[in-house]
Amino acid sequence: MDDMYRDYILDHYKNPRNFGELEGATHTYHDSNPLCGDEMTMQLRIGDGSVEDVHFTGKGCAISQASASILTEEVKGKTLDEVKAIDRDHVLANLGIPISPARIKCALLGLKALKGAAWGLTAWPGEEVKAK
Amino acid sequence: MAVTLKGPTVKSAPLDVARIRKDFPILAQTVRGKPLVYLDNAATSQKPRQVIDAMSQVFEEHNANIHRGVYEFSERTTALFEEARAKVARFINAPSEREIIFVRNATEALNLVAYAWGRDNIKRGDRIVTTVLEHHSDFVPWQQLATEVGAEIAVVDIDDDGRLRRDQLSSELRKGAKLLAITHTSNGLGTVNPVKEIAAEARAAGATVLVDVAQAVPHTPVDVQDLGADFVAFSGHKMLAPPGSGALWGRAEILEKMRPFLYGGDMISRVTVKLTEWNELPWKFEAGTSSYVDAIALGAAVDYLSDVGVAKIHAHELSLVAYLLPRLQEIPGVTVYGPKDLESRVGVVSFNIEGIHPHDVATIFDREGVCVRAGHHCNQPLMTRLGVPATTRASMYLYNTTDEMDALVGAIHTAKKVFGT
Repeated sequence: MDDMYRDYILDHYKNPRNFGELEGATHTYHDSNPLCGDEMTMQLRIGDGSVEDVHFTGKGCAISQASASILTEEVKGKTLDEVKAIDRDHVLANLGIPISPARIKCALLGLKALKGAAWGLTAWPGEEVKAK
Repeated sequence: MAVTLKGPTVKSAPLDVARIRKDFPILAQTVRGKPLVYLDNAATSQKPRQVIDAMSQVFEEHNANIHRGVYEFSERTTALFEEARAKVARFINAPSEREIIFVRNATEALNLVAYAWGRDNIKRGDRIVTTVLEHHSDFVPWQQLATEVGAEIAVVDIDDDGRLRRDQLSSELRKGAKLLAITHTSNGLGTVNPVKEIAAEARAAGATVLVDVAQAVPHTPVDVQDLGADFVAFSGHKMLAPPGSGALWGRAEILEKMRPFLYGGDMISRVTVKLTEWNELPWKFEAGTSSYVDAIALGAAVDYLSDVGVAKIHAHELSLVAYLLPRLQEIPGVTVYGPKDLESRVGVVSFNIEGIHPHDVATIFDREGVCVRAGHHCNQPLMTRLGVPATTRASMYLYNTTDEMDALVGAIHTAKKVFGT
């Protein structure tokens, strides 16, 4: 019935790739979407300037979880600079489904957490208070 | 299906819903080719033709600023504005229309009290008692006030059926309270608190009693004198009126002692370069050009609700809950939060479907034309208490039907099918 909840989206939601705590992570960033209570932690292990491994943990809607799962699949092996250069249009194109304005934050939560990790942040600039 | 829920006996069809629906132009709309099933009334209600016309009439026939002009249009508009105030006063049985202050919404009313009363009356070490059922608008102002002045805030819990812990509330009041800020009706769960009994207890304990009636006034008869509160606050947009309308009611003797909230035009009686004297009640609290067209439309909404009868609307909503609850509860994986019976509640039903986030639920519902709220409903402390990040909430009003309850149930089955749960 649905152009949004396609099989691969639901598959990533139910069987997220690269899910769980990452041993030896060098970069970790946690973010959340208070509107819907989505939680997302991205962890990177960087060696020689490149992503040796990436994991995420989180809970939330199918869109946020699938988007993060798909994102982790493509960043392995990329250089840190390449990870930093990934933009929202790329993520939305990769997700491959129509995203309504109300759901855009869900779709981009994984990217936000990934970028936070890649830049070595502890909190998103301007939202430091959230990191406590 | 037999209705076996505990609570008042619900007679079928207390309202002529088919006729009522004709008054609401938006209900004829379709969403992606499907009939609109609007079940987000706790967020905002739809507007009847009578309210829409009341607004157009002002703009088309005699729009002019109120309380200022000495020409006919200004006088006509002013008369309608003040008439709306009298209607609102009668609707909630306020002793005097001087006690009705027009505001933009309940949030503004509550902030008015927090600033103009709270900052002068809540001191370091004082206690504010409130509940985990509060909308953020009746929680954050008190939390911030407490932090600012060094007061203590006690948050009374609910039981597992979403009912207020009366024992805990009594014990908090016994410890002393300067203010009790309590919701009449929970926007997240639909629970109606026994506010009359609670207000008497709180006032006996020396507390000023503020009741958030935003979710009550549209759905159940509210009589502020019977309630025994000191302040009540509500929004117009949840009761068929436009956003930008709302009211604060307060006891005149308290309002008179309060400093103004906002300073500016219309709220003064005399201004010199040295000092300003305040206008009388209620205008002392209505600075600047008010949303007078919205307030006039609130008067029209009150007329509409009075004609239909708020008690009948409440009975109608309960009949929908009686129809919906058993059907929801028999769906595997559906958890209903809050009261599971018809006792002291309104037509708000919060639920989750196992394995599907409420935002995904609402997105799939949207494809079926069913509008519900998914999220924390400005109730984050309540969501934390329930142990969920969010819920899906269906909230009913006078124009909803059992067919729409069936559409909601059908949409749940669709969501489960999409997610394979």
